[in-house]
Amino acid sequence: MARTLITVPTAAGEGEIIEVRALIQHPMETGYRRSGDGDMLARDLIRRFSCRFVAAGKAGEGELVFAATLHAAIAANPSLLFHARATASGTFVFSWTGDNGFAQTERSALSVR
Amino acid sequence: MQKPSNRRTFLATTAALAATIVVRPTMLHAQDDSLAALVRAYANGAPIREGRVKLDIAPLVDNGNSVPIEVVVQSPMTARDYVAGIVVFNEKNPQREVAEFVLTPMSGRARVAARIRLAMTQKIVAVARMSDGSCWTHTVEVLVTLAACIED
Repeated sequence: MARTLITVPTAAGEGEIIEVRALIQHPMETGYRRSGDGDMLARDLIRRFSCRFVAAGKAGEGELVFAATLHAAIAANPSLLFHARATASGTFVFSWTGDNGFAQTERSALSVR
Repeated sequence: MQKPSNRRTFLATTAALAATIVVRPTMLHAQDDSLAALVRAYANGAPIREGRVKLDIAPLVDNGNSVPIEVVVQSPMTARDYVAGIVVFNEKNPQREVAEFVLTPMSGRARVAARIRLAMTQKIVAVARMSDGSCWTHTVEVLVTLAACIED
């Protein structure tokens, strides 16, 4: 499991727009670099990130808030900042997927006053 | 017989040389066009205009391995009028694509930030596609002193 750092408020007013920052530990190896021995380093990237919001009491995948497709030009330990509208209490689901079967999901609860 | 053939070769060589000299600037343009072609492909036939998008990046970068960028788009972000996507391209990294973001009315605000790699001094372009299909761009030139990708 890669370490993640997600900065998102746990409580917000209804309709409030909140700032979300999601960072994950990952080398984002480009596939264009050589090792000390001169061998090409294999590409190892996080390809996709998504943030969904599942309202409390509802089943399913929830609503898409934000998604990103990342390429080799994204720096190591990808950090993404975006915003979300607090419509109801529920859970944010953050997921990262990438090369070599990389997949990780994190959650954060939000309560709307 | 030898002389006219020599003149012919001379004329042919000079003509070819002149052609390469004339072709050079257009070839430089062709490289610039590859960026424009990607923007056109993303716009998918919609008109591309400057404005509404602001790509915020330091004009002078000391370390190309981690360069903060921020894209802000002027949009009410309502269910009827919102930013559907933002894409960032570069001019001279090994690969033109940097990142593509998908936004929804649930995003609330069209502001995205990330950290990117830059291989050399080059142009960066951000394109925003609105829910009505129209596309807006902002291009920024960045001077990079320590390159990513090429050096470790």
